[in-house]
Amino acid sequence: MTTRAKDAEDDRAAEDTAVPATTATGEVGSGTVDPVEAPGGVPAPLSRRRLVLRRFLRHKLGVIGLVVLVGLFVVAYLGPVISPWTYTDQDVTSYLEPPSAEHWFGTTQIGEDVFVRTMRGLQKSLLIGLLVGLISTALATVVGATAAYFGGLTDRALIWIVDLMLALPALLVIGILSPAFDSWLILVPLLAAFSWLLAARIVRGMTLSLREREFVQAAKFAGVPAWRIIVRHIVPNMASLLIIDATVTVGLAILAETGLSYLGFGVQPPDTSLGTLISDGTSSALTSPWLFMFAGGLLVLAVLAVNFVGDGLRDALDPSSQRGRKEKP
Amino acid sequence: MIRFLLRRLANYVALAFVATFLAYCLAALTFTPLGSLQGRNPPPPPEVIERRRQALDLDEPILVRFYNWFTGALQGDFGETVTGQQVTDELISRMGVSLRLLLIGTLIGVTLGVILGVVSAIRQYKPSDYVSTFLSFLILSTPVFLLALLLQFAAIRFNDAAGTTLLYFTGETTAGFQGGFWAALLDRLQHLILPTIAIALTQIAYYSRYQRSAMLDVLGSDFLRTAQAKGLTRRRALFKHGLRTALIPMATLFAFGFGLLVTGAVFVERIFAWYGMGDWYVRAVAIEDVNIVATVVLFTAVLVLLSGWLSDVLYAVLDPRIRIR
Repeated sequence: MTTRAKDAEDDRAAEDTAVPATTATGEVGSGTVDPVEAPGGVPAPLSRRRLVLRRFLRHKLGVIGLVVLVGLFVVAYLGPVISPWTYTDQDVTSYLEPPSAEHWFGTTQIGEDVFVRTMRGLQKSLLIGLLVGLISTALATVVGATAAYFGGLTDRALIWIVDLMLALPALLVIGILSPAFDSWLILVPLLAAFSWLLAARIVRGMTLSLREREFVQAAKFAGVPAWRIIVRHIVPNMASLLIIDATVTVGLAILAETGLSYLGFGVQPPDTSLGTLISDGTSSALTSPWLFMFAGGLLVLAVLAVNFVGDGLRDALDPSSQRGRKEKP
Repeated sequence: MIRFLLRRLANYVALAFVATFLAYCLAALTFTPLGSLQGRNPPPPPEVIERRRQALDLDEPILVRFYNWFTGALQGDFGETVTGQQVTDELISRMGVSLRLLLIGTLIGVTLGVILGVVSAIRQYKPSDYVSTFLSFLILSTPVFLLALLLQFAAIRFNDAAGTTLLYFTGETTAGFQGGFWAALLDRLQHLILPTIAIALTQIAYYSRYQRSAMLDVLGSDFLRTAQAKGLTRRRALFKHGLRTALIPMATLFAFGFGLLVTGAVFVERIFAWYGMGDWYVRAVAIEDVNIVATVVLFTAVLVLLSGWLSDVLYAVLDPRIRIR
């Protein structure tokens, strides 16, 4: 308790001096604070990066989430290398066997190794989630900031498109297109196309207020072109929000992808995903639970880890917000 | 206020139309409804395929096909399926099944979610708060289809422990059930419990997390202190002034939460073998049937936008500032 209180105090002292550099003038890294001597004998202020890192490390669940997530990535890619079986192997000596020393996660009806299949599914699900998170946040930033900065017709068109796409559950539309899929790569832009909507609205709202700030006006009157103002002055000021949003989107994207794959609308054979594996295991789930339990457990673990990381980042990057207050996209 | 709500309603009607139009065009472009017929072995005679093509209007341009379908739909005729049945025949019963699930899911989800969130906020940092926060996190990280599967597992354990089948997990009634009104009602209820839990859990978790933070914001506010200072009991102040204010953000979330619910219902219907709209949709994509898909999308879009409009109404009821606009 005492160390915690002291940490909090340190934090406050550090924020008092370091944060004005980012919030009062609104410009990140403008270097207005003298980093060497701060008044009142306070030790030299931490840089924002170190401050954020320290706050994140103090958020235990966030750190655990990050460790688990990195661990899952490592296992997903190293697991198949270590295992004696490969994805296409069929062990004719064991059909539908529960987990054993030889087959760590058991075998399927036709003697495939469940461990290797699960790792392969995990690879796809994690990769798709990560890519969708990145693309969707980038899209939300570009569209939201552009629409709000230019205003007028662009802005109204954006709001209308967002409303329209929110009226259509992503599942239905992607399902309609699924007969035309031939690679899982198509799934990434499609999922991203339905993930950026709410984030774009939030970005738009923030840009609307940033647009009126002095430093943006100054840049504008100094003749800086609009795209440059957006890239150099507006986007960096939303960095915290964007990082948090990207994390949340990764979790949602993993859920969406596995859901689609579960229905057969997502990742198509020969590729596999955690959703496909759970769906394959459903038919005999009640008698041989190992067919879907491992895939299901890893899926929940991955999404939970992503959400914890997001929560930790929120606390670290945006200390003024209470937990969970930000709109979830 | 009436004008504001009417304007929103008109906007939503337009959106529902455009959404259905886009879905119809996408489906018409990707689907090959004759594929199953052509792939048959032995191949059917060309006249059969030709007749089916005529019946489905496949030679017309997509815009004309959409116009025909939509004008029919306005009069209650949603076209033919690829196998030649009337879409409308099945629509009513499937709509009933889905609406029952969605309505009960919404009611239970919103009510319990709000109560849980408020209790969590009032008892912040107590063990109950930690437990409910962690459980919400866990449930929000679990896809609905996995939740439904686990519930089936639990039901089997439960039935074993009880020695008789108390909870059913396939279909919405026992096939060929004979019995009086009360027995039939009980039978339906036994089938209803698990799917309802499956669909409501996510909703409860979703609403409780937002309600908790909205309530926390209100708990620290000046007007609540004023209300107590002028002599209201804490309970009265909390419910009369606090809860009402804390409910406002929920109205906005309602529209999005309902979209979540509709998606979840697709999985629940599939897993518990309820023949609702979501189940129909999955089947329709498998047989590449444009008319069924368009009908389901129209149904969904109308529901989602209706919930959007309802959230506008709620907003206006809860927040007087909107009413003046």
